[in-house]
Amino acid sequence: MLHISNLYKIFNYGEVNEKIALQNINLRLAAGEFVTVIGGNGAGKSTLLNCIAGVYIPDQGTIHLDGREITRLPDYQRAASICRIFQDPMTGTAASMTVEENLALALRRGMKRRLVRAITEKERKLFRDKLARLELGLEYRLTTPVKLLSGGQRQALALLMATLVRPKLALLDEHTASLDPKTALRVLELTRTLFEKENITTLMITHNMEQALRMGTRLIMLHEGKIILDVNDGEREGLTVAKLIELFHAASGEKLQNDRLLLA
Amino acid sequence: MNLTLLWSTFNLGLLYGLLVLGVFITFRILNYADLTVDGSLPLGAAITAILIYTGTNPFLATLAALPLGALAGLMTGILHARFSITPLLSGILTMIGLYSINLRIMGRPNVPLLKHGTIFDALTGLGISLRASQTVIALAVIILVIVGLYLFLSTELGQALRGTGDNEVMLRSLGVNTNRMKILGLAISNSLVALSGALIAQYQGFADINMGIGMIVIGLASVIIGEVVLGVKSIPGRLCAVVVGSILYRLAIALVLRIRFIEYTDLKLFTALLVTIALISPKISKRFKQAHKLAVAEEGQKDGLSEKVGG
Repeated sequence: MLHISNLYKIFNYGEVNEKIALQNINLRLAAGEFVTVIGGNGAGKSTLLNCIAGVYIPDQGTIHLDGREITRLPDYQRAASICRIFQDPMTGTAASMTVEENLALALRRGMKRRLVRAITEKERKLFRDKLARLELGLEYRLTTPVKLLSGGQRQALALLMATLVRPKLALLDEHTASLDPKTALRVLELTRTLFEKENITTLMITHNMEQALRMGTRLIMLHEGKIILDVNDGEREGLTVAKLIELFHAASGEKLQNDRLLLA
Repeated sequence: MNLTLLWSTFNLGLLYGLLVLGVFITFRILNYADLTVDGSLPLGAAITAILIYTGTNPFLATLAALPLGALAGLMTGILHARFSITPLLSGILTMIGLYSINLRIMGRPNVPLLKHGTIFDALTGLGISLRASQTVIALAVIILVIVGLYLFLSTELGQALRGTGDNEVMLRSLGVNTNRMKILGLAISNSLVALSGALIAQYQGFADINMGIGMIVIGLASVIIGEVVLGVKSIPGRLCAVVVGSILYRLAIALVLRIRFIEYTDLKLFTALLVTIALISPKISKRFKQAHKLAVAEEGQKDGLSEKVGG
């Protein structure tokens, strides 16, 4: 499904502040796999997702999606098969536009924008049905500008927008990190119903190790731009946060200065 | 102010309304301060004036402004989107380049049209006055443009344009080539600005190389006045509001000119001050509100304290 081989990304190449963000990343995802990604700050998690999304073009290596090479394709040309959810709920929705306008934009993800009416009555009905399933009452607020919604509502809307057209691959970048604990839990639950249960191939970055162990079918850990841990479904059984930290020490060959960095 | 002056102020406001609609598209929809307008307004005036001067049908001469204006916007868009030059600088570069091009088109700094028939003479044959003819034609063009823009903005393409101005990162993640959207928006905007120039030249009876100076500020002033005065939120409402803003701006100018010590040349300073006030007033009022809230909160705390002490 997704095949990354020998991927390198270096920022400020040849300068004093050169930073090797990703080195020799090799990763294969099978269709329907839900992978959680953990690692400390600056480990390269977001860089990896941004390379897959096409925001950054890698310096070396290749990325294949469904057998097609996408390494150098601009981000907007990958959108037909890849959807993204951001940490900041503001990034996932257009604030000045209404709920239905946002949904209509997402309904045409990866499609050519034509000179025809943006929202039809039939689509409005579809939006209402889908919004009703979020149980946030948004189905009655189709014409409300999104800026009037709460962060949690906006993130829920963003999740719905991402799955309106079924993606081949979903990239979730700490999408619950900026929400309060209760809302984060709801959004996580929604992530389960919209992505995991629908067998959408997903890469989900999280700062929360508990979450990383509970969600999905596989866990990878990044450290200094390398994948240092990759545990599959079977091996994940019985794995605890404490054991995960032990594994980190063994794999990285260094004592973590502050375990909170990973736990936070 | 007598009725005749009021009427021609209204007419001029409508004609500048096209400029204002163009500025609205870039400044409000695309969130892009586009200085190209200072060059594309005289561009439209220049091409139309020279065509009429050399005997072309005024109607066709006016239409010629549209593609040229679009080309000017395209230029700015390419400088910004393809070569990552900042919005302000991209606009300035096109604007400065257009100064020479406009001179080339006209062949001289000023082309008079007083002896030539203009598009506004089209209806005088029906027995109505020139001023009435100007109103009818200006209104017809403005209504046509507002309806056209409204319909366009409710299409998939138009929504993608609005989204680009609102949240570029998201639109790219949804598969929209936002660079192309910006170029499209700038082209539409500047074609309207050039059309505005084409009609203004015919209205005032000449095209002048310097008629574009400060147009961006006039456009911004009108947009802001319209939004503040009418305070509407919907897209069609806002499109109408900014044209009303254009007319109100012209009225304000006409009134200011009646003050004895104000010279015509002071108007640019007046406009700059107007826009400055409009741009900073939301921030100042926010600060006042915050200060007020803080004062109220402190007051409440004091009250609570005294109650405790009293009890």
